[in-house]
Amino acid sequence: MDTIYLLIVLAPLFGAIAAGLFGRQIGRAGAHTVTILGVAVSFILSLVVFWAHVFGDAGVYNETLYTWLVSDGIQFEVGFLVDNLTAMMMLVVTFVSLMVHIYTIGYMKDDPGYQRFFAYISLFTFSMLMLVMANNFMQLFFGWEAVGLVSYLLIGFWYKRPTATYANMKAFIVNRVGDFGFLIGIAALVFYTGSLNYTEVFAEGQSMSEATITIWPGWTFGLLDLALIFLFIGAMGKSAQVPLHVWLPDSMEGPTPISALIHAATMVTAGIFMVARMSPLYEFSVAALSFILIIGAITAFFMGLVGLVQNDIKRVVAYSTLSQLGYMTVALGASAYAAGLFHLMTHAFFKALLFLAAGSVIIAMHHLQDMRAMGGLRRYMPITYVTALIGSLALIGFPFFSGFFSKDAIIEAVGYSQTPGATFAYWLVLAGVFVTALYTFRMFFMVFHGEERYDQAHKYMPDHGDEHDDEHGDDHHHGPLQPKESPWVVTVPLILLAIPSVVAGYFIGPMLFGDFFANSLFVLPEQDVLATKGESYTGVLGFVLHGLMLPAFWLAMAGLATAWYLYMKRPELPGLIAERLKLGVRILEDKYGFDRFNDWFFAGGSVRLGRALWRYGDALIIDGLLVNGTARSIGWISSRVRHMQSGFLYHYAFVMIIGLLVLMFAFVI
Amino acid sequence: MITLEHYLVLAALLFSISVAGIFLNRKNVIVLLMCIELMMLAVNINFIAFSFFLQDLAGQVFVFFILTVAAAEAAIGLAILVLLFRNRGTINVQDMDAMKG
Amino acid sequence: MTFELVLFYLFGAILLGGALAMISVRNPVHAALFLVLCFVAAAALWLMAEAEFLGIVLVLVYVGAVMVLFLFVVMMLDINLAKLREGFTEYLPAGIVVALAMATVLVLVITRYITMDAPERAGPEYSNTEALGAILYTEYVYPFEIAAVILLVAIIAAISLTQRKRPDNKSIDPGKQMAVSREGRVRMVAMPSEKKKAPRRGAQGSGANAPDSKDGSK
Repeated sequence: MDTIYLLIVLAPLFGAIAAGLFGRQIGRAGAHTVTILGVAVSFILSLVVFWAHVFGDAGVYNETLYTWLVSDGIQFEVGFLVDNLTAMMMLVVTFVSLMVHIYTIGYMKDDPGYQRFFAYISLFTFSMLMLVMANNFMQLFFGWEAVGLVSYLLIGFWYKRPTATYANMKAFIVNRVGDFGFLIGIAALVFYTGSLNYTEVFAEGQSMSEATITIWPGWTFGLLDLALIFLFIGAMGKSAQVPLHVWLPDSMEGPTPISALIHAATMVTAGIFMVARMSPLYEFSVAALSFILIIGAITAFFMGLVGLVQNDIKRVVAYSTLSQLGYMTVALGASAYAAGLFHLMTHAFFKALLFLAAGSVIIAMHHLQDMRAMGGLRRYMPITYVTALIGSLALIGFPFFSGFFSKDAIIEAVGYSQTPGATFAYWLVLAGVFVTALYTFRMFFMVFHGEERYDQAHKYMPDHGDEHDDEHGDDHHHGPLQPKESPWVVTVPLILLAIPSVVAGYFIGPMLFGDFFANSLFVLPEQDVLATKGESYTGVLGFVLHGLMLPAFWLAMAGLATAWYLYMKRPELPGLIAERLKLGVRILEDKYGFDRFNDWFFAGGSVRLGRALWRYGDALIIDGLLVNGTARSIGWISSRVRHMQSGFLYHYAFVMIIGLLVLMFAFVI
Repeated sequence: MITLEHYLVLAALLFSISVAGIFLNRKNVIVLLMCIELMMLAVNINFIAFSFFLQDLAGQVFVFFILTVAAAEAAIGLAILVLLFRNRGTINVQDMDAMKG
Repeated sequence: MTFELVLFYLFGAILLGGALAMISVRNPVHAALFLVLCFVAAAALWLMAEAEFLGIVLVLVYVGAVMVLFLFVVMMLDINLAKLREGFTEYLPAGIVVALAMATVLVLVITRYITMDAPERAGPEYSNTEALGAILYTEYVYPFEIAAVILLVAIIAAISLTQRKRPDNKSIDPGKQMAVSREGRVRMVAMPSEKKKAPRRGAQGSGANAPDSKDGSK
């Protein structure tokens, strides 16, 4: 098995190196061939591994392959921990990655950075696999930072656009904040256990929950609470939870395949995965779980609300991603790790699908992203229409679609949860269902139904349209903007992703209530809400029938109906409502002022602080007082003292004589 | 009976007079040099006195060397003086302020 | 009061009187002469303290050589006496105060800490010179040799300081003579051959007559 695991990780890396360093030699076709081949190898082997672990009898694989260094008894190793959780993640990552690779051929076909792009996404696949397969915190951190790096590179892929470089800076810096917490969390765990290895750290979970740490005299915290909250702050950065979510909407500046792969399906779920992986630790810290629960609930509801007022198709999907990540986080907080992971998986499929569908629409609209310019597209691009419908239904949790199972499971799990804050979270996620349905179908109706507005597209061209033109170097904008269905490299991934978006939900039985995650997750019996839920589980059909009686379903239907009524039946109504709720809309369009606050407080504050330090610290104290001050004070003292050097011999003689006198007086006295 | 104090007091008075001489003749380098000679004479008297009262010839050896060095010093000092006079036309100490800070 | 003490007071008075006179007289020549008086009186006191050799040396070397040198310099230099006496009275109070303070302190120190009676006088067979020589050439032979070097250095320094280049010096530098080269002495001048019009005149005439000779006769 060693060879297979190594091959899974190294095949994308090989592809990335080949496409990245020798892109010019192997050409465009060579670049996509080699990277797709690498990822395909990974995917097929992941399938083999998944099969072996889930249906076969391959036990948990936990081996150290290479010891990088040993410092003060702490081993820095590269090793793999493969169990059902890892196998699932590997499958999701490689599958979505493969789809995105294929899709990219169509999406990026005119881009001059073609080889670079393939190199990046293959590198991303490698990093993400390193992250999920890690068996120690060092490798986890490596993967964590590597995916962050690739994310940075890809958001700023069109580096000539100022908005893209701004967005990738923002993503990088916000993630830095999270990673700082992450690093502190790891350090706290290593400080206590003296080991980086998962197994060894997890074994200490129980005893760590009793240990305390005194940061400052009088400030004593539970060590585990503190370490886990800091670890979760890392997850908040990577998985874009409030208030570290600000980078994700802006990351839509990157090419659409990236939004699908990194900012919807895989990288942003790294935080969810990490918390689930640490479940043997999180279970012992009610404080950390409660924190996670509340943060997740806030993200789930309020970010969904922002999605209602966005006009950029990708941003709607981005806010929806934020909201869905909030759902996963809520599940983690309620100790329903399996539900969170299940939602992670289904979400990876349908959100990647939605993103790629959005990308397909964008291609059809000649790289225009404003929904107000779209409408009635179902006639021109039927495949995209159908797959987007599947993705949307999955997203809102329509019965028999994958989202239904995973989201319902989360909502019910939260309802059963006893974690402090669960009631608050329950109502928020419930309200979030309505919001999700509303914004999803608002987008869907605006894009695919209604009157055709593509001929008014020029009104909504973004400012960077010109630069975009240059990059694509084609003559899209001349002649009529007749949308047409995308080529097969785009639609095939859509179809392939639509399949799991529907059927992935049927694994709910084994994944949530069975023993699929038995060897990966650890849940204390008294917090095991899924077990409570599982007692009444009688199969997929039973679950669906039960779900039809729950408020979540009816809320989703209400959202769908509202969207239909507002955007199909009475398209003039939304404007009127916005008129009436001016303040609310403004707050939402302002995204609750997070960006403004961050710009003013952190960015502006840093600039002000830097300027103050420069002016007072550097220019005044160091330069003025210390450097020039030393010279000047020496000069001043010398200018006074040099008057003593009259140059006259007798002055010196007097001084000598007076000194002699003083000396002798000392003898006399 | 002459005691050690007699010699030492005499030398002290001589030294004080030469100090006063330095104060008074502050402009005349030649007299300054003479005053320094006088100071050294006071010191030498001390050496001789101690040598006699302690019955130790080392003091006299010291005086011997002091005389040697003083002779050398006087020779060089006067040479400098001559040079100074030749170059600047004066030996007034007031005019010698090239080292003024 | 013994005769010895009388002598001590006598020479002491001469010494101090000479010193006072030396610092206060107007003329540097007189000052030098008073200094000589001081040295002689001190030499007498040294003799009384059984330092016969040094007493004689003081008279011979100091009075005979160093002070004569002083006199020589003083007389040789054309010194503006009036200028040098400027500020004498101005600094008199300060000088007296400092001198009195110093004398008081010194005397206080001496009388407070030091009391010692004279030892036995040496007999007539005792030779101070011999005793001094005995330790000077044995125990203090290295300082003695260094003193000799110092004297040599002083001689050379005094000579080199006072030596000066005289403008009317006719001496020659052998190094320059040796370094003479042909190029430094002889300059070849290209002379175009004379015009064919007047070959005879050119042949017999001097350079001044040759119209082509641009160098001229200089």
